[in-house]
Amino acid sequence: MPQTLFEKIWNAHVVAQDADSPAVLYIDLHLVHEVTSPQAFEGLRNRGIKVRRPDRTYATMDHGIPTHSRDIPIADALAAKQIAQLETNTAEFGITLYGLRQNAEKQGIVHVIGPELGLTRPGMTIVCGDSHTSTHGAFGALSFGIGTSEVEMVLSTQCLLQRKPGTAQVRVDGKLQKGVVAKDIILAIIAKYGIGAGTGYVFEYTGEAIRILNMEERMTVCNMSIEGGARAGMIAPDDTTFEYIAGREFAPKGANWDKAVSEWRKLPTDDGATFDATFSLDADTLEPMITYGTNPGMGTGVTGRVPDPAQLADLSQRNALIKALGYMNLKPNQPLLGQAIDVVFIGSCTNSRISDLRDAAAVMKGRRVNPNVRVMIVPGSAQVKREAEAEGLDRVFSEAGAEWREAGCSMCIAMNGDQLQPGQYAISTSNRNFEGRQGKGGRTFLASPLTAAASAITGVVTDVRTMLR
Amino acid sequence: MEKYTAYNSKIVALPNENVDTDQIIPARFLKVTDKIGLGDNLFSDWRYNADGNPKPDFILNHGEMKGRAILLAGDNFGSGSSREHAPWALTGYGFRAVISTSFADIFRNNSLKNGLLPIIVDKDTHAQLFSLCEEDPDTALAIDLTAQTLTLPDGRKVQFPIDGFSKTCLLNGIDEIGYVLHMDEKITAFESQDA
Ligand code: SF4
Repeated sequence: MPQTLFEKIWNAHVVAQDADSPAVLYIDLHLVHEVTSPQAFEGLRNRGIKVRRPDRTYATMDHGIPTHSRDIPIADALAAKQIAQLETNTAEFGITLYGLRQNAEKQGIVHVIGPELGLTRPGMTIVCGDSHTSTHGAFGALSFGIGTSEVEMVLSTQCLLQRKPGTAQVRVDGKLQKGVVAKDIILAIIAKYGIGAGTGYVFEYTGEAIRILNMEERMTVCNMSIEGGARAGMIAPDDTTFEYIAGREFAPKGANWDKAVSEWRKLPTDDGATFDATFSLDADTLEPMITYGTNPGMGTGVTGRVPDPAQLADLSQRNALIKALGYMNLKPNQPLLGQAIDVVFIGSCTNSRISDLRDAAAVMKGRRVNPNVRVMIVPGSAQVKREAEAEGLDRVFSEAGAEWREAGCSMCIAMNGDQLQPGQYAISTSNRNFEGRQGKGGRTFLASPLTAAASAITGVVTDVRTMLR
Repeated sequence: MEKYTAYNSKIVALPNENVDTDQIIPARFLKVTDKIGLGDNLFSDWRYNADGNPKPDFILNHGEMKGRAILLAGDNFGSGSSREHAPWALTGYGFRAVISTSFADIFRNNSLKNGLLPIIVDKDTHAQLFSLCEEDPDTALAIDLTAQTLTLPDGRKVQFPIDGFSKTCLLNGIDEIGYVLHMDEKITAFESQDA
């Protein structure tokens, strides 16, 4: 029977399957961060048990830590307590920590450091108490977010109880125009199909436009699978994947490498395998995308207009749009180009890798940011930060008048004090534009690093294609 | 976990669609290392003004809503992050069931592990429940997980789906982690074949 990439990985990880019960699925890699793990470790203590496989468990600090400096102790008492708790928990249970004190040179957003360290590899099952764990699927891994009870289960048993999800192919044909990037692909898919379309499915992204993406771009696409409702998004591994992994800290070496690659080559979906659903997008006609509303599905091409609720037949959809436009203080039919902004945030597990920073720097080089706009550039990891500084990108940003910060989630989730003020507009390269996500009362436009950088210069929503050199 | 028994309750109707986890509990309340008191932060930005006073319009601030165990929500409830703080906040407040036409996958999983029943109904039933609440805000339902039914005030029963495993765990208060811990031998066998 021809099988999909997902089915091959799933079948290879089923430990047990009782009738009428979910499968017991073995987990190869468990990533842990400070916000969704404390109650899970406490659960282990209450049961008097150890972490089953500390060698398959790695922790970092990213959500709540400050990004203005690396001074410790940190000022926010609650956040300080949470990170101290992670230090205690990882020490007590024998887990490697990439923290502010321990191995700080490798600290970063959990979905940036996994791939960067070579922990993320094809064919693996990967979980983390964070919904954007879908990012790692870019390597041809089955990777998804879990809640804290499930974190406790994986710490205890290295397994998860899972019902087999359905599979959906997301086919992207054609070729992107200049100025249109991976972020625009995924925003367009979500705008086209909505935020619930992927519920119950694992996405596999296929097609010419996906194949030519580099690994960082593939991660951007898979990252936002969850915004389309899918817990996981995957891309078949190929030479691009293997080249990225080769030589990284945890990558297999020597004869083990050759053996691993020959196994990984068997993973792609077989000819004739079928999916439960199919979605598609044409890359040729895509323009830079931007959201206008309060969920990631409320998006349009940057030259588009805010939709008119009066045009929506479905009453609940109409009401949802009215509410969103009220929150965003945007008018039906107004163009998005030219909309004034207050803040630009370039960062998050969606777009904080070196290629994202290079994109932003290419636009900002030799230009000044608009004096009315605060621009924050937050690298995804300490390693990304060093790499950017070695290339001189930090100077490009500083000379343009942008803030160059330390690695963390920062204004993506606004837990650490990096946040919008009520009523402010931001262009953000992150993944969620929910009400209050980037600060109570803050209003978010999601876009690519190119669009964000262009808008930082002009102070208004801008079509980056007019600024490319 | 406590056993999930049958009960009757009036409804809190919140018609908003796509209620995401940042609305259920904003991220600034995630800096906790326990699960205590999260019910106070449920729907915080809709529920309280900047000065911390309750917003009189928001439904949870209507006195008669206190103690109601059923939340009737708009389509696609619980999208967004994996934070289990969302069901912890809902159960902390006192909810035992959320009714919608669909739930985000991670939220649904998290709820089932915390004695919060995500009840999926079809569009017609959904609309009917909202109009019942509009006509009479004190509309009550009976929820019987064993029979998988909602009983409407007129006696009509609506069947809802749930997988057998989750149902058994909820009804008997079974700890899923304990269930998998008992599979130690199988896991060890899997690990040795994998090595
Ligand atoms: S960057 Fe944002 S989306 Fe990504 S892990 Fe951090 S908080 Fe979550």
